[in-house]
Amino acid sequence: MSPALEAEAVSVRAGASMLLDRVTFTVMPGETVAIVGPNGAGKSTLLRVLSGEIAPSAGAVRLKGREPRSCRPAALASKRAVLSQHVAVAFPFSVADVVRMGAGDRRGSALDALVDAALVEVDLDSMRDRIIGTLSGGEQQRAHLARVLVQLACGEADHGPGVLMLDEPTSNLDLCHQLDLLAIVGRRNERGTTVLAVVHDLNLATLVGRRILALDHGRLAGDGPAGAIVTDDMLGRVFGVGDAVNRVPPGPFVLPQLAKRLDRG
Amino acid sequence: MSGMAVSPARTWQAWRRSGAGDAALAVALLAGLAVVAAVAASVGAAGIPLARLPAALGLWSSSADPSVLARDELVLWSIRLPRIAAAGIIGALLAAGGAIMQGLFRNPLADPALVGVSGGGALAAAATIVAGDRIVAGWTPPFEILPLAAFLGSLATTWILYRIATRENRTSIAIFLLGGLAIAALASAGVGLLVFIADDRQLRDVTFWMLGSLGGATWSKIAVLAPFPVALCLLIPFIVRGLDLMALGEAEAFHAGMDTERLKRLSIVLVSAMAGAAVSFAGVIGFVGIIVPHLLRLMIGPGHVRLLPASACLGAIVLLVADTCARTLAAPAEVPIGILTAVAGAPFFLALLLRQRSLAGL
Repeated sequence: MSPALEAEAVSVRAGASMLLDRVTFTVMPGETVAIVGPNGAGKSTLLRVLSGEIAPSAGAVRLKGREPRSCRPAALASKRAVLSQHVAVAFPFSVADVVRMGAGDRRGSALDALVDAALVEVDLDSMRDRIIGTLSGGEQQRAHLARVLVQLACGEADHGPGVLMLDEPTSNLDLCHQLDLLAIVGRRNERGTTVLAVVHDLNLATLVGRRILALDHGRLAGDGPAGAIVTDDMLGRVFGVGDAVNRVPPGPFVLPQLAKRLDRG
Repeated sequence: MSGMAVSPARTWQAWRRSGAGDAALAVALLAGLAVVAAVAASVGAAGIPLARLPAALGLWSSSADPSVLARDELVLWSIRLPRIAAAGIIGALLAAGGAIMQGLFRNPLADPALVGVSGGGALAAAATIVAGDRIVAGWTPPFEILPLAAFLGSLATTWILYRIATRENRTSIAIFLLGGLAIAALASAGVGLLVFIADDRQLRDVTFWMLGSLGGATWSKIAVLAPFPVALCLLIPFIVRGLDLMALGEAEAFHAGMDTERLKRLSIVLVSAMAGAAVSFAGVIGFVGIIVPHLLRLMIGPGHVRLLPASACLGAIVLLVADTCARTLAAPAEVPIGILTAVAGAPFFLALLLRQRSLAGL
């Protein structure tokens, strides 16, 4: 089976600073991967390179075996769908209009059903005719999630299981809708979708990804199952925080109440 | 409560899904255009009552006095109709150009006249008049050259503006508007400088052209203008979906499968051609490009597949009304049409700004 995603010594340079420094890893189809790391570690940059939005300064990225920058944007959109952290819609489009934008040029009753299902899945069915700009931050985030789910479904209908890339998908969500998001991601993964999510919250990261990539200063500092990555040792090295990890089945969790800041010199 | 606001386009949306909404909108706009054009053909220094209009148009024979009919026909075909065609075409170009630019820059306040794109075209056209006369003494550039020069000037300004306002795929709205302001001021200073160094003859040409009256409309000039709306119609299908996606931001549009570079190139060339064509004929006419798309967004929603054709149609109506007012309000003198659109448009623009301010919670 060929990998869904490959990063081969990927570096991204902006002026004098290295945003990503020789990052190498492979993601197999159907994996769920959470990317964690402190602010400015290069998480979002990694997602931008993997999605084809920017080209690496050095190294190579392959999405389903092809360099994303060599694909036409439309072809790329049918292989992977990306949910960005902040999306502001410029004109008064309705929620349903925005969700429909995920479908490209497709029209028809099958698409209407797809849009309806996505709106129900993100719990926005009752707000479908509202102007998206009048919604709360969390509601807007859910609307864009629905749009991305429509794009993913359209691509998967044509090309089989795709890759879902999420950048801080829970940043504005309340607890209830965080759980919804986990369920949505889980359902996609059961159908074979590869999931890659930048997650700020370490506890959520262990729930989103069976595998965790830890980034620090643009370098890959850890790569493995949650139990091997969310450890006091790793948190000390990457985040500068000690005594934070507690272990209660089913896995490790981080308790900020008991954690202390480490002086890393 | 703004949080409870329901889409003003809600009823339209439900209706248009049946397909009847689009047809009704098209019929309403075209009927409006026909009515306004008929009134514009009728009123003026030599009035042609509406009852005599069909005969003068040659639609059916008339029992009226042949000399009256001949006079009507002359006025209608050599003066009124070319002017109506020019106003309609230029109004359509200005409004659709505004709508495209607003979609491209994700900003409802973008207007080719406001941000110097028309000004750049005006500068290029004025420079052509003055420099052309300097290079070949006594040579007045033929009208056909001015749209080309204005197009190139508009293209250059749009490109510069885009480069100034965009960095790492993100377009800053504040820098875009302020940069546009600076470019508009610079272009206006350039035109002023050309007026300053021009000799009497060149000055007459430049001034005549800068006043931007539609009074000089002839069928041969219409023939020069005609390819622009045709190009607009042909290219609209290629940009409407991309402009919708651009509302999400450039990165999102790319993620959703849009070739954003191609969209930007196509839109910039199109807007520049449209603004250049309009400015080369009628000088800088502001605000039509802001008001018309904005009103339509409130009525039919922001989707560009409807917004662009509807803007073209309503733009034609608005400029036709403005031009008819321009030549009748102070008859026999003509009020410059740019003054009329500014008087009507500037308060509207301010109201729009205030509304945006309240939306932003300021």
